[in-house]
Amino acid sequence: MFIVQHRNIFFAITGAIVLVSLVSLFAFGLRPGIDFTGGTLVQFSYEGGRPPATELTELLGDAGFTGYSLREAGEKGYILRAGNMSEAQRAALPQTLSGSGEHPATIEQLSEVGPTIGKELRNKALIALALVLLCILLFIAFAFRKVSKPVSSWMYGLIALVALLHDVVVPVGFYAALGHFLGAQVDTLFVTAILTILGFSVHDTIVVFDRVRENLRVNQERNRKEDFAETAGRSLGQTFVRSVNTSLTVLFTLLVLYFIGPASTRDFALTLLVGITAGTYSSIFLATPLLVTVERWRRKK
Amino acid sequence: MWKIRLAALVILLVGAGIGWWVYSSQASASRPFKLGLDLSGGTQLVYRADLSAIVGSDVADSMASLRDTIERRVNLFGVSEPIVQTQRGGTLAGETEERLIVELPGVTDTQKAIELIGETPVLEFRLLKGDTFPSQISTSTVNKLFYPAVITGKHLKSAQLQFNQGIGGVPNEPVVVLTFNSDGKKIFADLTKENVGRYFGMFLDGVAISVPVIREAIPDGTAVISGNFTPEDAKELARNLNYGALPVPIELISTQTVAGTLGAEAVQSGLAAGLWGVLAVILFMLFWYRLPGAIASVALLLYIALVLGLFLLIPVTLTAAGIAAFILSVGMAVDANILIFERTKEELAAGKSTKDAIHDGFARAWLSIRDSNISSIITAVVLFWFGTSLIKGFALVFGLGVLVSMLTAITVSRTFLFALGIEAKGNLGRFLFGSGTKI
Repeated sequence: MFIVQHRNIFFAITGAIVLVSLVSLFAFGLRPGIDFTGGTLVQFSYEGGRPPATELTELLGDAGFTGYSLREAGEKGYILRAGNMSEAQRAALPQTLSGSGEHPATIEQLSEVGPTIGKELRNKALIALALVLLCILLFIAFAFRKVSKPVSSWMYGLIALVALLHDVVVPVGFYAALGHFLGAQVDTLFVTAILTILGFSVHDTIVVFDRVRENLRVNQERNRKEDFAETAGRSLGQTFVRSVNTSLTVLFTLLVLYFIGPASTRDFALTLLVGITAGTYSSIFLATPLLVTVERWRRKK
Repeated sequence: MWKIRLAALVILLVGAGIGWWVYSSQASASRPFKLGLDLSGGTQLVYRADLSAIVGSDVADSMASLRDTIERRVNLFGVSEPIVQTQRGGTLAGETEERLIVELPGVTDTQKAIELIGETPVLEFRLLKGDTFPSQISTSTVNKLFYPAVITGKHLKSAQLQFNQGIGGVPNEPVVVLTFNSDGKKIFADLTKENVGRYFGMFLDGVAISVPVIREAIPDGTAVISGNFTPEDAKELARNLNYGALPVPIELISTQTVAGTLGAEAVQSGLAAGLWGVLAVILFMLFWYRLPGAIASVALLLYIALVLGLFLLIPVTLTAAGIAAFILSVGMAVDANILIFERTKEELAAGKSTKDAIHDGFARAWLSIRDSNISSIITAVVLFWFGTSLIKGFALVFGLGVLVSMLTAITVSRTFLFALGIEAKGNLGRFLFGSGTKI
């Protein structure tokens, strides 16, 4: 199997992808949304065409808004992101946005998140992430507990985890770039996307590892001596098509969701598209080759 | 053979029946899907309850009473199907916070919604510590000067506007007369009996309205609030207290409003995405897996009928994220079939009979299917715990989808495949069981 034979080339490619993602993450950083920082998000539109942003800036300044961001949304609207509003500001918001009736504005969406809720969600998100990673590691170690030669069962778990980290780093880096260039913000839906990627990406890895497990058992039963790299490569070849196809069907639905689905889940669909592609890639080009490399190390010792 | 064909027929009929039921309940609008606020339009308000004046064991009681009061008030204003619920939140550092979540479908004016709830006054009776009348009561010193509340809005039966009889029978000062319920009556009687000569404060929305001295025990369960009201003020106060006085003060900590038009757009595009998503998956399955692919497609349609039926029965509140989860689950539902068919193909190539190959294909793919679905279920469970109501919708749909698809993709498609009884022999048979671009 050429992927196993030339695994160092693929490690280099994977390393480059991860490096680019990390650079993007650290250079651009993630922009936390109001879900996590607390604050106000208003989406509003003008039936009769929107006034220029400069005019709104003036109106917002008069109403005491500072440190906000104003972005055009759709044909006729804007999205305003600001800190927590005072009661007076909230009460006067429809007035403020319509310039005291000069440009009748419709508020389509208004969200306010208090700072404590933001902090709570931030903590919860981190714990959820850690919890999913831990559960999946434990689960894989458990599922492969009977396979211990020539690679111990927890090693399968650890490698699946390394592949998972790759699957998370890539969409996170992608999202950081998306945030930098298009203003995408990290909200609860983004965290949901990442957790979903974690759950799904491990499927493909499990399918390949399952086949390695089966082939090892068959070899043992038939008293056949086969190099581990050979077995792993054979397993990869046998499961290659199904790994790709199972991801393809999901990618189809995600593409549809991205292109014609609701606007509110567009970023979500895009994150999943990147993550699931990364997940399929890593199960084929990273997980199994790593398994072989680890086995080589152990033999050398 | 006839047994399995009968089973296949039954499954098909049941599936078609569920599908028809889902369709007709939508067409006749007799049982529409429950839509979350982000799809139906409406306002969600989250309040923090300030329980600093409540003693530990009364917390649950006060929260229940708070919920009932707000619910009464919301119903009074004719909001259809409002949801008022309490929730315990916390920053996980041991600090917990009692919250009240109010969902008002159809109300898209945030300010109006806030006012609707905000006008509910908080009523508290608190005994003064010590015997000397404080020279000054400010909000910062209240908790130091007074004991926690003994009587709150939950003890109130009714409030009434009256005029005090002044000197010579001339009515002068407007007052509000409170009548307590049986609990309140007893507490108030005990309080006044045991504390004759001491002061107690009547607080409205945290502000001391009057701090009278207790002259004698009051066993009849009434109290008078007098605080230099104008007749209009007193009338409004009596009305608001009758609508319901809050047992504890609340503070608004988050709001979420979505206009109905935006929600309707999301439903439309979600529906379109769902239809095209299903079509794309079915076309792919037919193209790549041919006969088994056709069976997987039928199983997928059954899956959709079953899941939608469950959404209606449970009922699951659909959000934009939930719709996304459903569309995602369509793509994942056929994954088990793909694993099985690929495996079956291998077994056929190894020279097994069609029946054995299908049998072994299902049996051997099962472990992989089980293991990979468990990881999805782990994610769904954690997401459900993590989630705000929007994300909970996602987690529920996602988890449900994984479980149901295991049933349809395995049991249903196996039954159909055996029921058809087509052999992978001859040109046609081999073609039907083949896959990919090879003919």
